[in-house]
Amino acid sequence: MTEYAGLDIGSRSIKLVVRRGGAVASSRRLPTTFDPLGQLEKLFAHGVPERLAVTGYGRELARERYPQARALTEIKAHALGAGSLFPQAATLLDIGGQDTKAVALLPGGKVGRFEMNDRCAAGTGKFLEYTATVFGLSVADFGRLALTGNDAPLISSMCTVFAETEATTLMARGVSPANIALGLHRAVVARTMAMLGRVGLTAPLVFVGGVARNPCIVRLLADALGQEPLLPAEPDLTGALGAALWLETTAA
Amino acid sequence: MSDAAHTAMWERLDLDIEAHDALLAVLGKFYGDIYLAQEGRLKGAEYLDFVLSEVHGLRIKELQDAKAAGKKIVGTFCVFVPEELTLAAGAVQVGLCAGAKAGTELAETLVPRNTCDLIKSFIGFKLARICPYTESCDLIVGETTCDGKKKAYEAFGEHVPMHVMEVPQCKAPCDRTLFRAELVRYKEALEQLTGQTITAEALAEATKVVNAKRRALQRLAALRAAEPAPISGRDALLVNQISFYDDPVRFTAKINELCDEIEARITKGQGVAPAKTPRLLLAGCPMAVPNWKLPYLIESSGAVIVGEESCIGARNTRDCTDETPGNLDAMLDALCDRYMKIDCACFTPNTERLDNIAAMARDLKADGVIHYGLLFCQPYAHEAMKVGKAMDAAGIPYLSIETDYGMEDAGQLKTRVEAFVETLA
Repeated sequence: MTEYAGLDIGSRSIKLVVRRGGAVASSRRLPTTFDPLGQLEKLFAHGVPERLAVTGYGRELARERYPQARALTEIKAHALGAGSLFPQAATLLDIGGQDTKAVALLPGGKVGRFEMNDRCAAGTGKFLEYTATVFGLSVADFGRLALTGNDAPLISSMCTVFAETEATTLMARGVSPANIALGLHRAVVARTMAMLGRVGLTAPLVFVGGVARNPCIVRLLADALGQEPLLPAEPDLTGALGAALWLETTAA
Repeated sequence: MSDAAHTAMWERLDLDIEAHDALLAVLGKFYGDIYLAQEGRLKGAEYLDFVLSEVHGLRIKELQDAKAAGKKIVGTFCVFVPEELTLAAGAVQVGLCAGAKAGTELAETLVPRNTCDLIKSFIGFKLARICPYTESCDLIVGETTCDGKKKAYEAFGEHVPMHVMEVPQCKAPCDRTLFRAELVRYKEALEQLTGQTITAEALAEATKVVNAKRRALQRLAALRAAEPAPISGRDALLVNQISFYDDPVRFTAKINELCDEIEARITKGQGVAPAKTPRLLLAGCPMAVPNWKLPYLIESSGAVIVGEESCIGARNTRDCTDETPGNLDAMLDALCDRYMKIDCACFTPNTERLDNIAAMARDLKADGVIHYGLLFCQPYAHEAMKVGKAMDAAGIPYLSIETDYGMEDAGQLKTRVEAFVETLA
């Protein structure tokens, strides 16, 4: 049976989804590291898929290595992936390792208006990862800690470096780590809501990308939206899934 | 010209030879990647390649020869400076280098850090002594089209001979009166500089030369409506960039030749991109040489640019000056009328620009509009939002991009542009 492989090379992790017979047959994840090509060699140690679509920041790199591969942007890939899982979704939010994307979805997982942060990684997974290290915590523990906060200070800076300064100042004033953590998560959601507003936020919203695994961000986003966002079981895989689906539909 | 002759000339201009060599090396590499690597280019592009290869060589030699013959060189940064008057005074007008990161640290000693890259660039080029055009100038003309430039000219004026023209910010009769007076003041500054009186005959002749250049550029712009696109957006942008510093008569002849070739190509149904390639109109801030970053990203993302709604593009070439008035006063009125039509974001309101963009998109059969805002350019940042609303109303897909001369955001920009192009395909 024909296999369609979707590969999403993000700034933090490489995701592979293989579809066969109209369903997902397998999926894998690897950290991107500073040697993504080396990681791809490991991923494809038992052979490179014949039908391969690549998306994410490393798509050009992968296409140089695997000339048979076809490339698409992660905006289109996530929209297709999320649209297949939640056909009713009208807006897509993807918070990944180094960027945030807000996309108005048209029927069939097509991309309408979209917004994306530019060069600065403010408000992305990187922001949370970096601020977590200030607390000496993993990102997962940082999210859990933030959930226990009850009186968050307003963190006004979205610059990772300035936010650290603000957090340090707040610590010195005796604000509890849980509340500072909550404040930092709120700052991310506030920025995200502004971006969603610019694409004309329409419910329901589907939330994908690695940061959709952060329980505090999900809760704060639900509060801001006034309803629970749609969450895939594996929110970091929608890009790879969308790439595989795109190959499947365009190859037919 | 030999390399040694080039270097001797640059030394006479007191350039920092080592830094200038480094700049030319980067420029050459950049040009090779972005321009020479293109497929299916027009034969007439040889002129562009030659001009660019001698941008700091033969053209500078021509300027030096003109100076030796007693002519004055006037440098500009803006389409509001009337070339008609400059030429009528027997002077040469050149647009100055402002499209690359150069001497940034030095520039930041004269202007605040959160100043746009265009301003930092022309100041950096001067302070780092790497622009032979700036060093050749007998007068540099600034204009008050934004607060950044207006205040920067105060600091810049301590390093170069400056004349600043006041450009009004509204288009009421009193504003026309102001700009008319500014034209006279510029005319007098030129007369003082050159020792020549600007006569009606000289102005009429100069107006013909400048209008001929505009008509050649209008002709090129109109030909780009053809499908498939007969010339790349990069080459068309370069034509517009070169229009600011090559000799106007030679330039006009060469561009008309290029247009002849394009017409032949259109008759044969040939183009630079396959039929059905998404066609984009690029709107917004000017792209001075060698600011080719965004056009290159767009055209390597599966799209072709069919028009530039920009000062280095339609804003500079849309209108000609009336050639019919027979006396100097009426000619100055005609100049005032022509320049006050410019739809620069410095004006309030500036609604004609929105209509012009929609009309260009329609005439050039563009599938979408990309707005380019230079980081820290407040007038165009505001208008990027207005243009977005106007394009929504007109049903034209729209992407707004804000960036600067750095390359750090190239990856993210490419993703945004590609995703936009994907929605059009």
